[in-house]
Amino acid sequence: MSVDTATVRRIAGLARIAVSDAEAEAMVPELNNILGWIEQLGEVDTSGVTPMTAVIANTLRLRDDVVTDGDVRDAVLANAPQAEHGFFAVPKVIE
Amino acid sequence: MTTSSYRIQGATGEWEVVIGLEVHAQITSNAKLFSGAATAFGAEPNTQVSLVDAAMPGMLPVPNRECIRQAVRTGMAIEAEINRWSRFDRKNYFYADLPQGYQISQLYHPLVGEGSIAIEPAEGEEKVVGIERIHVEQDAGKLMHDQHPTRSYVDLNRSGVALMEIVSRPDMRSPAEAGAYVRKLRSILRYVGSCDGNMEEGSMRADVNVSVRRPGEEFGTRTETKNVNSVRFVMAAIEHEARRQVDVLESGGRIVQETRLFDPDRGETRSMRSKEDAHDYRYFPDPDLLPLELDEAFIAECRASLPELPDTKRARYRDVLGITAYNAAVLTAEVETARWFERLLAACGDRVTPKAASNWVISDLFGALHRIGKDIDASPVGPEQGAELLALVADGTLSGTLAKQVFEIMLETGDDPAKIVAERGMKQTSDTGAIDAVIADVLTANADKVAQYRDGKEALFGFFVGQTMKAMAGKANPQVVNAQLKKALG
Amino acid sequence: MAALTDLGIAAIRDGVRDGAFTAREVAEQFVARVAAARPLNAFITETPEHALAAADAADKARAAGTLAPLSGVPIGMKDLFCTAGVRSTAASAMLGDFVPPYESTVSEKLWAAGAGMLGKLNLDQFAMGSSNETSAFGNVVSPWRRNDGGNAALTPGGSSGGSAAAVAARLCPAATGTDTGGSIRQPAAFTGISGIKPTYGRCSRWGIVAFASSLDQAGAMARDVRDCALMLQAMSGFDPKDATSLDLPVPDWEAGLSADLRGKRVGIPREYRVDDMPAEIDALWRQGAAWLKDAGAEVVEVSLPHTRYALPAYYIVAPAEASSNLARYDGVRYGLRDLPEGAGLQDMYAATRAAGFGAEVKRRILIGTYVLSAGFYDAYYTQAQKIRALIARDFEQAWASCDLLLTPTAPSAAFALGERSADPIAMYLNDVFTVPSSLAGLPAMSVPGGLDGQGLPLGLQLIGRPLDEQTVLNAGLAIEARAGFGERPSDWW
Ligand SMILES: [Mg+2]
Ligand SMILES: [Zn+2]
Repeated sequence: MSVDTATVRRIAGLARIAVSDAEAEAMVPELNNILGWIEQLGEVDTSGVTPMTAVIANTLRLRDDVVTDGDVRDAVLANAPQAEHGFFAVPKVIE
Repeated sequence: MTTSSYRIQGATGEWEVVIGLEVHAQITSNAKLFSGAATAFGAEPNTQVSLVDAAMPGMLPVPNRECIRQAVRTGMAIEAEINRWSRFDRKNYFYADLPQGYQISQLYHPLVGEGSIAIEPAEGEEKVVGIERIHVEQDAGKLMHDQHPTRSYVDLNRSGVALMEIVSRPDMRSPAEAGAYVRKLRSILRYVGSCDGNMEEGSMRADVNVSVRRPGEEFGTRTETKNVNSVRFVMAAIEHEARRQVDVLESGGRIVQETRLFDPDRGETRSMRSKEDAHDYRYFPDPDLLPLELDEAFIAECRASLPELPDTKRARYRDVLGITAYNAAVLTAEVETARWFERLLAACGDRVTPKAASNWVISDLFGALHRIGKDIDASPVGPEQGAELLALVADGTLSGTLAKQVFEIMLETGDDPAKIVAERGMKQTSDTGAIDAVIADVLTANADKVAQYRDGKEALFGFFVGQTMKAMAGKANPQVVNAQLKKALG
Repeated sequence: MAALTDLGIAAIRDGVRDGAFTAREVAEQFVARVAAARPLNAFITETPEHALAAADAADKARAAGTLAPLSGVPIGMKDLFCTAGVRSTAASAMLGDFVPPYESTVSEKLWAAGAGMLGKLNLDQFAMGSSNETSAFGNVVSPWRRNDGGNAALTPGGSSGGSAAAVAARLCPAATGTDTGGSIRQPAAFTGISGIKPTYGRCSRWGIVAFASSLDQAGAMARDVRDCALMLQAMSGFDPKDATSLDLPVPDWEAGLSADLRGKRVGIPREYRVDDMPAEIDALWRQGAAWLKDAGAEVVEVSLPHTRYALPAYYIVAPAEASSNLARYDGVRYGLRDLPEGAGLQDMYAATRAAGFGAEVKRRILIGTYVLSAGFYDAYYTQAQKIRALIARDFEQAWASCDLLLTPTAPSAAFALGERSADPIAMYLNDVFTVPSSLAGLPAMSVPGGLDGQGLPLGLQLIGRPLDEQTVLNAGLAIEARAGFGERPSDWW
């Protein structure tokens, strides 16, 4: 599997990273190089192997249903590039 | 599965509509699915937001046990498989209402597997709708578009609230079936207590998948109309969308698999440009969370805490309590009604038959509540008072007519029926001496009609009953009046 | 008086306790030394006020008889830890002005233990890198220089390069690091210090800017093994805010320190003997085995058959997780926003992320996005997680015949800045020895073993069973005692 400029553009679009034509071109061999290298994993016979789910044996702990947080609007908005009337503001979205 | 006869008449013939619903139901909980922020509706913007919900750097999710418990109980209520091992996955996409850039959901290993729900549409036959799965996931925040000319505002209060996504099979074939399904699902959720079912506040909303086909042919391409928030709108969206698809197909077009939006003002669906972006959600297991493993004690508690569910309750009302099928259906449709009715039965003891009690609730109580615009939970007459009233009828103290009068006074004053009867002397009389005296007066005053009656105009009997009751201000025992009149008229 | 900045954690703790000097004096000397070492670019943000306030508190605590384990010890904090009220950047333009209103669990624990903070240490951007060249705040320069008379600027390693350089240069007695695929151990090896990554789940990840959640683990970097034990002890412990945190008591590792390895078996994984391994590294590795034997351990050869697949598996899993973890940097709630004239929401995202992320971060996000995308998920991600399971199984099987493993930490000594930046894979190969234990979540440590022919430090890595940090530390102590590594870089800056 190897990528071309169109694939790089599609992936960059999915990842929401703007790339210029020149950047997209430059990334093609870079990504192919890396992808070519990681593809050696295909050699390993993994039939019957369960993919790792927990790094260290541990079970998921569940929290009690108690309100312990929130009501910290100032902290939530403190670093906002644009906050108005208690909201985060973004360019208008047309749905 | 029975076949629905619902068809869309196109210019080229009949079309069948195929419907599947993905219902998002907000799980009733104090705190959010992965944070300790509150879930209450209607708070000031961004006040019910923790740093976790705002996806600040380094913040981590920890799941809320109650949300898992409620989803499991819901699964049990639709007799679904409960998966002892499930897992949370990330669904990755960018949107301003999605702070993490992904929604924590369950794609590969949902908490609840296959189940089913029986429905009875108003028009059409009973049927069973298959449930494919129920998974637990986070709600997104809210975008407001109308507060500023060039900006949208983001409120994260809902961000991270727990949802169950209940995914049906494409088993419905008419708007009526879809409506019945949503109503039945809502009823079950409210019985279980896992969702308040409040569609106006957005606690329940449906993604409506619609396609059309020639009857008996393969499924057509479907569209998904997002976030439809009432039963009526679900039905309207299906009607419009199916019609639109038929028109497209009949004019030689193709249906595009897309996301659409229902516009309640125009009663139509339209394409959502903002979501047209190629969907590639890059699901993968959330590495911040371990697999969710349920032990038998947890499962057992979920099962033990399940209430009697509407279908079982309804069958019991009908088969054990001897209540008519119609009454049983009405009384079990909403959990509040059933709960009220059962308090009434408990207060009646064996003084009143369940059937009589059910009739009174459905005719008298519902009528009154409808008139005064109150829900059963806010009824001015409580079930204990209702039981006293019914007991007075059963023991002959009150006639039906008197009972209705007493009930009206109860609604107005809130007084107990015994007090009303005592204070106002509304007791029914079965005293034959008193009744005979009044009958004698009535017959004397209507000698002409007595003659006609005796000549064979038997329909006049009712007139004499009415006159007697009227003269006794409705307090005479109607059975006694009937019997004594028969005697007097010979 | 001798420079207090030459002292490590234990010596400072003991000196403050015994009244040999005050915590204030310690903090002042370190603050001055930090300020004088700016050419190393080890710190992104200096916080002398924090260190001095903690020192004053320590002096008061001494008077009141309430000294805590790290009272009077000023440390450096990798700028991947969020610190309340102090800019926390992850060395990225994306978070260039980000001031968290919250404190990471690990830093919170350190403050509770009495430590103070000299500043936030430079790193590879979002911890992605092995040379510290991806920082948006400029690379860290290693305090070490080759003995060839040239003054080539060397890498301190990465991603915890600022931490490593600062500890090696005596700018702080110890520093926090984080390790995703070797980010504590490789820089420790490059700079002649000790560094330990505990078992995955020992240290809470809460409040640490996430790179790859299933691999990220905080750890300690210090000048010797004892200080690592002390520091790690203060950083570890159950945190209900991290669902992957281990609910286990923290052992008293310092008290358990012992260089006597009798009864322990040390495994030498045969697959780590890579073809082009420099002779000096190979020699040090043999020397390390001899030292451990000398300490009473039995040395055995073991096999970890899937070792060669660890690095490519890592470069699927880590970028995949990163691509998702870094989606939150979108210019909406905090951090950089780039809003070109007339741009809509999605354009804003793309512009913001293009401007805020460095080249290596973008490269990994794109790789991660690609391997998770429709049609590729199973071939890449699922396969990588299966191989990860096989790698974990290799280790488990090895534990049948040994109690810990000894390997080199890195395949080379520190290289010159710029020397490897052109080839990402050559750079990734730096982590060839550290990545397998990261994939399996095992405790692992690097201790200095000696200098190479160019006068640069080389490290040895010890890998232990899950939760057996003690054996790792003890073996580190045994090597430390025998290696007698006393070299330090000169203050050329
Ligand atoms: Mg949907
Ligand atoms: Zn959903």
